[in-house]
Amino acid sequence: MMATTVSAGRRGKDVRSDLWVELELRDSGGIDLQVNSKIDFMYGEANRKLAQDVLKALGVSNARVCIEDSGALPFVIMARIETAVRRAQPQRKIPEFLPDAGPSFGRPTTRDRWRRSRLYLPGNEPKFMLNARIHEPDAVILDLEDSVPPGDKDAALILVRNALRAVDFGDCERMVRINQLPGGMDELEPLALAGVNVILIPKCESADEVQAVDRHVAGILQKHHVKNDVFLIPIVETCEGMFEARRIARASRRVVALTYGLEDYVADLGGSKTQAGLESLWARSQAVNAAKAAGVQAIDTVFADVEDMAALEASCRAARELGFEGKGCIHPRQIPVVNSAFTPSAAEIEKAQKIVLAFEEAQARGRNVVCVGSKMVDPPVVQRALKTIELAVGAGRLNVDWDKQEDQ
Amino acid sequence: MKLVKNALGRMVPTDINGTPAVPFPGLGKHRPTGRKAGPPIPTCLDYPEDGDKTVPDLRAALEKCGIRDGMTISTHHHFRDGDLLANQLFATCAEMGLKDLVWFPSASFPCHEPLTKLMDSGVIHHIEGSLNGPLGDYCTAGKMRGLGVLRSHGGRWQAIQDGEVHIDIAVIAAPAADPFGNANGVQGPSACGSLYFALADSTYADKVIVCTDNLVTFPCVPWQIQGNNVDSVVRLERIGDPGKIVSGTTEVTRSPDRLYIAELTARFIRDSGIMRDGFSFQAGAGGTSLAFAVYLQEMMRAAGVKARFIRAGSNRHLVAMLEQGLTDYILDGQTFDLEGVRSMRDNPRHVATSPFTSYSFHGKGNFASMVDVVVLGATEVDVNFNANVVTHSDGRLRHGIGGWQNCMYARCTILSVPAMRDRLPVIVDEVTTLCAPGELVDVIVTELGIAVNPLRRDLLDAVKGKGLPVRAIQDIKADIERMCGKPARPGLTDNVVAAVKWVDGTVLDSVYQVPV
Repeated sequence: MMATTVSAGRRGKDVRSDLWVELELRDSGGIDLQVNSKIDFMYGEANRKLAQDVLKALGVSNARVCIEDSGALPFVIMARIETAVRRAQPQRKIPEFLPDAGPSFGRPTTRDRWRRSRLYLPGNEPKFMLNARIHEPDAVILDLEDSVPPGDKDAALILVRNALRAVDFGDCERMVRINQLPGGMDELEPLALAGVNVILIPKCESADEVQAVDRHVAGILQKHHVKNDVFLIPIVETCEGMFEARRIARASRRVVALTYGLEDYVADLGGSKTQAGLESLWARSQAVNAAKAAGVQAIDTVFADVEDMAALEASCRAARELGFEGKGCIHPRQIPVVNSAFTPSAAEIEKAQKIVLAFEEAQARGRNVVCVGSKMVDPPVVQRALKTIELAVGAGRLNVDWDKQEDQ
Repeated sequence: MKLVKNALGRMVPTDINGTPAVPFPGLGKHRPTGRKAGPPIPTCLDYPEDGDKTVPDLRAALEKCGIRDGMTISTHHHFRDGDLLANQLFATCAEMGLKDLVWFPSASFPCHEPLTKLMDSGVIHHIEGSLNGPLGDYCTAGKMRGLGVLRSHGGRWQAIQDGEVHIDIAVIAAPAADPFGNANGVQGPSACGSLYFALADSTYADKVIVCTDNLVTFPCVPWQIQGNNVDSVVRLERIGDPGKIVSGTTEVTRSPDRLYIAELTARFIRDSGIMRDGFSFQAGAGGTSLAFAVYLQEMMRAAGVKARFIRAGSNRHLVAMLEQGLTDYILDGQTFDLEGVRSMRDNPRHVATSPFTSYSFHGKGNFASMVDVVVLGATEVDVNFNANVVTHSDGRLRHGIGGWQNCMYARCTILSVPAMRDRLPVIVDEVTTLCAPGELVDVIVTELGIAVNPLRRDLLDAVKGKGLPVRAIQDIKADIERMCGKPARPGLTDNVVAAVKWVDGTVLDSVYQVPV
């Protein structure tokens, strides 16, 4: 056998919760394992045993293995060693060795759940995953696409798969942004088996792409008897995609929302991003309309400045006025602003209640139009009010039987 | 070394550097009697009538004070990691051929690393004071000749007052001083705030030297240090770098997870009803504790609540609260940034306090027990709420006690800590080093939830139904172990290298040599 040396993971002063492993396969001599860790005094023995177990399970019995640990949790250690083994033997069929399932593994989701805030987490960076849930985003997006450099796509997929199993994401919906098709297709099986709730399809340009993902996912779920459904959110990021948005949004029953990526779109457009955002007004309107026509949620793009909370709030307000129901987040501190912006305010809830009650009363007297204050209220206004109330109930701001309580 | 088991079951020495030591007998059980220590009686006739006590340099001042081998020399830590005096001072002692000195700082910092060489060469015998960074490593490696003695700020004052430590020569770095020795910390290019960590040194030491880079004409007012206690005044090129007063522990954290803990802490204080008109609080050094005050400030403003006083460690956030009328007073032991220095100098409601008024065991009461709530950090907390602040889980000395132990007497003591640091559990079965008995720790706030000490039924009742993630500490620990794995105990040697004192001077625990 040729002695090739491969490595995986990261090391260095600024690296935390990760580990670097160097692997050199040998013909004989068993496992020569070296572990260097700041926390060796506490987890040295456990780490050595885990490394041995992983190598054995992956079918490696002769190798020199050098590990530099920066406080990696077991699921990370397993992912990095597995990455190294796969890199050393790209042709061999290597069995999977998965971490124990954590508390949120296998939690199902629903089509219509709340998706105001979705926190993007770089797929090859374990430290941001561990406590993501405490910031209470409605969803986490483990990203395999733009935040992962080309050379680490394999490592990120293994890490994300392990994280989906082991990390406690609490009540957050667990989303993964796969790589652009067709490459992203191969990522679906491990993700589906690790209990992903929603797959984000980047740079989506046609209904065909969505349907291809749908068919592939359906096949995987059937083959492995996975009982939880997997939903899809296409991301439209090109001029072509924008024109196809309507068909994309209704391409599959798995599509629960439609979103768009502004940076790529404006680049494709050849325009420039401005504060006022006129260059993307058509695209944003197109995305909302496509989503609503298909009966799915419309989600706004991310806001890039993580320091400017006032501008984020303004951006959320503008998005909500256009009809969007949520926004991507790239930093935990954006989450409370986004959640609050896409949740009806107390004044809005009160107004909606008044409208609904007045309309019900009017209907009971055989009328279909009524005045609340100086404003005319007709069925479309009532429909908007009902939507507000539905959101308020979803956010826990209003009791589900609020109108009955009112009667008592 | 003879070790005995104290009231909390920890093995402690009964003799520390030749002085008998009392094992911790339980809270409130140790009540020394007798008279306080005092300096020798001086006579003003021995000092120049024109009040000019300046001498040409440090060496001359030390010679004038009759320095000799084995003496105890003290300094203060108001410059934190920007201190430039201690290294100059002991380099001078080395030039003078002195041996076996004891350094008694109010705290030490990484900038004092050069002193390890002077311990190697025998100029310094040992350090009685906080040991962290390179000095902590030196001690826990077993290289220091004497035992390290770790005291709280109040405990240092207690040790001076009851004679446990006798200071031969106090050397006080002063941002402003006159030739008579009056000195303060609020004026001049090296302004650092108060000088009150050196107040006991100035009144109890046999000899007192003031060093300044800013000699002003008599009178230097305010005189935080009174010239009537001072023997000599030395003019130095530089005494400290005020830009470095803001050292690691005084920056507000930017970590989203730590900010979450800080916000949860503020919510606990609001929702438990502690935050009400006229209340008081203290926040320790450490990024999370500092950030907590930022959140509390917003909640106070939203609720229209005003504090009567804030105990500090002051920084720009607390100064803003004072200036915006969210508190009547800041009672300040030390300034953590230059905004704090400015406010202390210019605002009569920003009052400099000494560890005697704040913390001392030998006072007729102290401020610590009058504070409604204090928020502190810790390196470890165990399931019985015992806490560690000096060593990390590997047994190495990393932090000083500071006012941490003293603050525990507040009506509510909250430790805001991450549940783990780079896989090292912070909530553990048993702390590596015991620095505070669990009966004084009321609440632990982590990103995995809030644990309330079962002894505090009242707090548990107060936050019931408020939507806070209150959990049993055992459950939080179980979550940590599910993620990290069950931690193994570090293998420490049985060689004691330092003793941890409680605020009353009794010995709470030992620090052990770490295997190489």
